[in-house]
Amino acid sequence: MVELMTPLLVILCPAIAAPMILLFGKRPNIREGWTIAAGIAMFSLVLSMLPTILAGDVIKCTFFQTLFEGVALGFKVDAFGLIFALTASSLWILVSFYSIGYMRALEEHAQTRYFFYFAIAIFGAIGIAMSANLLTMFVFYEILTVSTYPLVIHDQTPEALSAGRKYFAYLLTSGVFFLFAVMMTYYLTGTTDFTNGGIPALGSASRLTVTILFFCFLLGFLKAAWMPFHSWLPTAMIAPTPVSALLHAVAVVKAGVFGIVRIVCFIYGVDLMTSLGLGLALACIAAFTMIVANLFAIAQDNLKRRLAYSTINQLSYIILGAALLTQDGIRGAMMHIPFHGYMKITLFLCAGAIMVATGKKNISEMAGIGRTIPVTMLAFTITAFGMCGIPPAVGFISKWYLCLGSVRAYETISPVMITFLFVLLIASLLDVVYFFPIIHTAFFKKAEGGIEEVKEAPLFMLIPLSITAIFSVIFFMDFILGLNIISMYIYELVEIAVGNVIP
Amino acid sequence: MVGLILAEHFPVLVIVVSLLAAFTILIAGWLNKKTSCPISIATISVQLLMAFFILNHVLTKGTIHYRLGGWAPPWGIEYVIDALNAYVLVVILFLSLICAIYSKRSIEKEQPHKIVPFYVVFQLLITGLCGITVTGDIFNMYVFLEIASLAAYALIAVAGGRALKASYNYVIMGSIGACFFLLGIGFLYAVTGSLNMADLSHLLPPLYGNKVVQAAFVFFAVGLSIKIALFPLHIWQPDAYTYAPSAVSAIIAATMSKVSVYALIRVIYSVFTLDFIRIYDGVDIAICWIAAIGIIAGSVLAIVQNNLKRMLAYSSVSQIGYIVLGIGLSPISAWGLLGAIAHISNHAIMKGCLFLAAGAFIYKLGLWDIRDFAGLGKKMPYASAAFTIAAISMIGIPPSTGFATKLFLILASLKASEVLSSSAYVFVAVLLLSSLLNLVYFWRVIERMYFVKPEEETDGGEREAKKTEIPLSMLVPMLILAILCIVVGILWLTVAPSSLINETFLRFGMEGVLP
Repeated sequence: MVELMTPLLVILCPAIAAPMILLFGKRPNIREGWTIAAGIAMFSLVLSMLPTILAGDVIKCTFFQTLFEGVALGFKVDAFGLIFALTASSLWILVSFYSIGYMRALEEHAQTRYFFYFAIAIFGAIGIAMSANLLTMFVFYEILTVSTYPLVIHDQTPEALSAGRKYFAYLLTSGVFFLFAVMMTYYLTGTTDFTNGGIPALGSASRLTVTILFFCFLLGFLKAAWMPFHSWLPTAMIAPTPVSALLHAVAVVKAGVFGIVRIVCFIYGVDLMTSLGLGLALACIAAFTMIVANLFAIAQDNLKRRLAYSTINQLSYIILGAALLTQDGIRGAMMHIPFHGYMKITLFLCAGAIMVATGKKNISEMAGIGRTIPVTMLAFTITAFGMCGIPPAVGFISKWYLCLGSVRAYETISPVMITFLFVLLIASLLDVVYFFPIIHTAFFKKAEGGIEEVKEAPLFMLIPLSITAIFSVIFFMDFILGLNIISMYIYELVEIAVGNVIP
Repeated sequence: MVGLILAEHFPVLVIVVSLLAAFTILIAGWLNKKTSCPISIATISVQLLMAFFILNHVLTKGTIHYRLGGWAPPWGIEYVIDALNAYVLVVILFLSLICAIYSKRSIEKEQPHKIVPFYVVFQLLITGLCGITVTGDIFNMYVFLEIASLAAYALIAVAGGRALKASYNYVIMGSIGACFFLLGIGFLYAVTGSLNMADLSHLLPPLYGNKVVQAAFVFFAVGLSIKIALFPLHIWQPDAYTYAPSAVSAIIAATMSKVSVYALIRVIYSVFTLDFIRIYDGVDIAICWIAAIGIIAGSVLAIVQNNLKRMLAYSSVSQIGYIVLGIGLSPISAWGLLGAIAHISNHAIMKGCLFLAAGAFIYKLGLWDIRDFAGLGKKMPYASAAFTIAAISMIGIPPSTGFATKLFLILASLKASEVLSSSAYVFVAVLLLSSLLNLVYFWRVIERMYFVKPEEETDGGEREAKKTEIPLSMLVPMLILAILCIVVGILWLTVAPSSLINETFLRFGMEGVLP
């Protein structure tokens, strides 16, 4: 346990950048300069915490003791939190560059507002990643919800406004459940701290109460878009593409699954989850979501909507991993948070690049675009492979561990758990069913107007999406070939985090 | 030495200064009506300083007992200031100051011919409010309550027109409330022969079984419920808030209703005390249920309003429910009282800010109908921002003031579930549902202000909306309140107010000491 100011400095980066963005609203270059500077500063600060965490330590930073005895608002960065923080902060830089290209290429209105709320949203997401307890997490969770609203309704069309209302209706209602669950946890145990192996006092409460409480938590984390409460996510795809990319593939939805994993591993603990049978219940919800979301995805023609359903599906992989309550399952879940983040953001960025370069939004119109925008579509193809669990992208590894996890669960918990192995495989198969037609249309179908010239999106957009795609491959290579370039740290972090949960 | 002697008399000076200022304004205003507002602001500033001094004294040295004219209680009137009323005094004087600064330009525009009478009556209102707060004598409290109420009737009527009818309604309802309060006092006097609150609390316990005492409690409760506009006795309030001049709506919503709430807390927990409530088991639960119904009803009624000020008025009905719910939960869990006390300041700040913003929209653009608000965020960015922050606090998004209250009350309700079995979960549900309802009616406004494109923009070109901000003297008070919405919200979560709260718990004989 080390007391450091670093987490506070991390959170200050977007907090300082946000008012500056407003202040320099009239000068776009300086305004974007602040975004980039804050992004780089934040990422370096997050990185600076890495050695301490890798040494097996935990960084604490307490703001103040609250009136509630035993609850202090503050940050505690452990391995799991750092994984999410690293993912969100690194991708923020890339998406910021991408946003600049996207917003300027399309000459979007209200750009200052856009960058302002983007910074606040990252403020919320990083806060969630580093929260020491449920109350702190709730504060940032709500900030994240409110700050993303102006981004979702960026277009300000009646359609966007109604999407915004839906977004709020779902997510703030869920916030209410979360708040109740937080207070109930405090009332039952006198603490809300995330504790390795779960809060012990929770086990002594009545089984019914704890079970109901768990479902309140689940409803509280609707940001994880589990079915049947998922429909805000496809609706929110009306937002500009960078928003969909960072927020609805990384920050917002990952905050949801991050929260669920936190609850499962650090509030309830594996033992209590097993004894209450909640793991199985959660796994069933996840399995249902995985299959049904994929079926929905097949039916979508709008690329962003298809990706949205794919996100819903992939999030449930993470939930399922946690619900398996085995080391391998949790390992897979934790890995999938950064890996899915990198892959899905690439896909969304590609969708945006396709729109900017060719103006096309629907898959059926995309015949032959592989020739006009080859780099974009190459990145798209690689990461789509990753989504399906096919090398050379990194999706394979997390899925591998999830499958292992379900086999272990079959051995240790109950024979029923083998079902989830099949669910995983079927879901991966369905991933193929809806991703391959896109690739097929793009590369092998002839465009109607004959072959067009190569016309890629602006470099501001192309480079970030190439970087994320390359990283998705590097992560895989690192693991398979043992190259130890960068991503070994992620694997080490995951090992430490898993060790915290199941020693 | 002179300072020290004066300081001893602060409890009475805080009232006397205000009363004298009322007459000074009348005379000075007769000569030059421009002097009335500065005199008023100066007086309130002095009072506020005294209030801070008193609060500091109470927190460091303990409760102040001030004997008026040197007469020993229970024969003479005694002013008793403990942590609770020192705190309320600071809150109301601070908000009065904010409203006084705001009112200068606002009243000049809305009621140019009535500036002098306005400030005279305004100063009388503050006299009454301070009087209610500092007094330890229940009949004295009644007298000040009437002074404040009469001043409030007059202030609402200043606007003329429909405000006259609203004010008349208020007079009728308010007088009924005052009568009930007086009857309660009479009953207590009949059985105990005392009017001093501390004395009453000692004399009453043997008489708790007495029907007269029980009737007195009911009279007090109903009378004050009318004054605080608790659902379903709120019917005077929406009209009064809607048609009163903007500054007046803010003053009454922020201070008058809070002081009445304070009176209710004082009567229940200082005169009747916790033991009385504990003997009559159902009383606190009944209060909770009424409050819970009020919270929901107020919010639902607010949703259907199109007039912004009327919406805010119904929202007040709902918010008063929060405070009363806290009062009702207090015998079971001290967190309830904490929630009630916190919400006194929180609601004053939030609602004050909202009414000031609503007044600003009327002042500059004549807008009062929510449906016309499209594009307002561009025309009046600062006023709209203040409104938005206050609205977010009302919804209870952390780390705003509303969030703190919500936490305290939810925890109180959960604690109550031990005693009341599962019915207390209803209160949790009500609190949570209410925050969603708040979201519905406030977001409707915010959405229109910022995100719905005004119709005229579609035909004309990029006609950049002209910024028409209100004068600084109106804007600054509003922005101060908006900032306080966040700052005070965080303060309530820290341990900063714990000495104040512990002091109050101790006075009321509640267990539960905070860190």
